[in-house]
Amino acid sequence: MSAPEAVDQIFVTLKSWLVVHTPAPLQTLVSIVISVATIILVFAGLFALTTVFERKGLGRMQNRYGPNRVGPFGVFQPLADAVKSLTKEDLVPRAADQVVHYLAPLVLVGVVFLSYAVLPVGRNMTAVNLDSGVLYFFAVGAGTELAVFMAGWSSHNKYSLLGAMRAIAQMVSYEIPLILSSVAVIMIAGTLSTVKIVEEQARTSHGLAHWYVFTPWGLAGFILFMIAATAETNRSPFDLPEGESEIIAGYFIEYSGFKFALFFLAEYLEMFAVSGLGITLFLGGWSSPVSFLAWIPSWMWFFGKLLALIFAFIWVRGTVPRLRMDQLMNFAWKFMLPMTLVVIFSAGLWHFLSVDVVGPKPLGGVIRWLVCALVIFAPYITLARGLERGRKIEKRVYRYAE
Amino acid sequence: MLGEGIIQGLVETARNFFGSYVEKDRLTTVQYPEERLTLPEATRVFPFLLYDGSDPEAGLRCVACQICEKECPPRCIHIEKSKDKKPDFVGKPQAYPAVFDIDVAVCMSCQICVEVCPFDAIRMDTEFELSTTDRFGGLLWTKEQLSKPNEYYQTIHPTEAAETDERRGKELADAQAKAAAAAAAAAAKSAQAAASPAASEASGNGAAPAKPEKVVPQ
Repeated sequence: MSAPEAVDQIFVTLKSWLVVHTPAPLQTLVSIVISVATIILVFAGLFALTTVFERKGLGRMQNRYGPNRVGPFGVFQPLADAVKSLTKEDLVPRAADQVVHYLAPLVLVGVVFLSYAVLPVGRNMTAVNLDSGVLYFFAVGAGTELAVFMAGWSSHNKYSLLGAMRAIAQMVSYEIPLILSSVAVIMIAGTLSTVKIVEEQARTSHGLAHWYVFTPWGLAGFILFMIAATAETNRSPFDLPEGESEIIAGYFIEYSGFKFALFFLAEYLEMFAVSGLGITLFLGGWSSPVSFLAWIPSWMWFFGKLLALIFAFIWVRGTVPRLRMDQLMNFAWKFMLPMTLVVIFSAGLWHFLSVDVVGPKPLGGVIRWLVCALVIFAPYITLARGLERGRKIEKRVYRYAE
Repeated sequence: MLGEGIIQGLVETARNFFGSYVEKDRLTTVQYPEERLTLPEATRVFPFLLYDGSDPEAGLRCVACQICEKECPPRCIHIEKSKDKKPDFVGKPQAYPAVFDIDVAVCMSCQICVEVCPFDAIRMDTEFELSTTDRFGGLLWTKEQLSKPNEYYQTIHPTEAAETDERRGKELADAQAKAAAAAAAAAAKSAQAAASPAASEASGNGAAPAKPEKVVPQ
C-alpha cells in the first residue's frame, strides 16, 4: 500500500483494526456503533463550526465583523451557544400535546441522521452500501416532513400550525424537482447505489474525471438540485416556514432550550446531508476532478466540496431576500418542474448521442455537448420570457407614505 | 434574463465579503469596550451634585430647597433638610441636605432638576457604565456618591460650566461689593458716632453692622 493510499484509507484501516480486536459475536455490533458514532460526532462538529462561520460570513457580507468575542476570532462561540441553550428553561405549553411535542425534535434529528447512512464520504467509507441508496435517502428525507408537522400541530399555537403547513406545502412541492433532477443522474449511471454512482464519476479520461456536472444536463441538473435543496431544507430565501416578520418562528415557536437547539441542529444536518447527496450525484463524491490531484485523500475531497457548498448556501442567504408564498409555489410548479423534465430529456439525448451518431471524438464530443446544452437552454429562455410576460416592473408609487 | 438579478446580488455580496477583509473603511462597527466614540458635549445620563473647593461637605452648593424633589417627574430624589446651617459661597448661612438620595433605577434623565435649580447645585453627568450586581442598594446613590467637584463639571461640559462660573463669579462680586459698601457705610457711621458722643450711645455695641464674613474664593 502506497503512502497516499494509506492516508486515504486510514479511517477504514482503523475501524477494521478496532473490529478485529473485539470478540467475534460482538463484531457486527461494534462495527455499527463505530460507524454511527463517527457520523454523529463528525457532522455535529461540522454543525458547530458552520454556525460560527455562517454568522461571521453573513457579517462580512454586510460589512460587519460577526462574532469575535469568545476565544480567538470568536471560534469558541458554538461552545457559548451550547452552554446557553442547555441552561435555558425548557417550556412546554399547557395546551400542547405533551408526548408529540416531546417527540418531534427527536424524530427530526433521528430521521436526518438516518440519511447519512448512504453517503459515501470517502473511498470505502459508506456506512451502508444499499443497492437503492438514492431512493432510501429520499424516503428517509420525507420523514422530516412528518416531524415538522408533529412539531407544528402539537404546539397548539396558530403560528406554529401556519408555519408547519407552509413547511409541508413547500417541502412537498420542492421534493418533486429535487427527485426529478436526480433521476437524470440515475438514468445515466444506471444504478441507485450512491457508491456506484460515485465510482462511475471517478473514472478519468485525458486526466479529467467524468463528473456529471461537466455535462450540460448535469450542470443544469445540479443548479436545479441545489435550488430545490435550499427549499427542502427551509433555508433563505425559501425560509417562509419560519418567516419572522409574519409568523414569528414558524413550527418551532413553542420550543425553547435544548429542544430548540435540536431543531436548529436538524436544519443544518439536513443541509449537510442534501449537499452531500448533491456532491455524490453531480460533483463526483470523493473523487478528484483531475487525475494529478488524486493523491489528496478522498475524504478530504468530500469535505472540501461540502464546505464549498455550505459557503454557497451562506452566500445565497446573505444575498437573496425571502420569497412570498405565491412566488414560491409559482417557481416550483411553473419553472422548476418543467426545467427538470427538460433536463431528463437532455440526459436521455446525451445517452443516445453516442459515438456512432455524432462521430468520433473530439469533434463528436463537442457536438454532443452543444446539442444537449441547446436542448436545455432554448426552453429556459422560452420559459423565462413566458414567466416575465405580463409582469410590469416599474417604479413603485406610494399612496400614503412620502 | 431570468436569474440575472440574483447573479448581480451574489457579485455584490461577494465584493462585500472579500472587501471587508481588505478595506478597513467598509467596517463601520466601533468595537465598544476597546474602541470608543467621543461623547458629544450635550451628553446627559444621570444628575450629580456640585461642590466648590476640595471639601465635598463644606463646599456643597445644594441648600436643600427641595425644588428639584418636588419637580422630579418620576420622583426619584429624596432630600432631608439639615437642622443647622452653614455658610454658602457668598457667606450667607444656608441649610444643607442631611440626606440627598437619587434612585437611578427610577430617574429618566429628563434634566428638569437641573433646569429648576436656582443654586447651580445639580448637573447632568456623562458617566454611563453603571452596571451593578445589587439592583436595589447599588442603584440608590447617596449624597457622598453624588457629590463631584466643579473641576469635574468643567471637564465634562466646558461650555455650560464656563457660563455657570461666569454668572456665579458675578454674583460673588456683587455680594462682595455690597458687603464692602455696607462696611464702608458702617465705618462712616461709627466715625460719625465717635464725633458725637450722644450718637455713639444710641448705636451701642450690639448695633455693629454685620461684618462681611470671610469669603472663600473659589
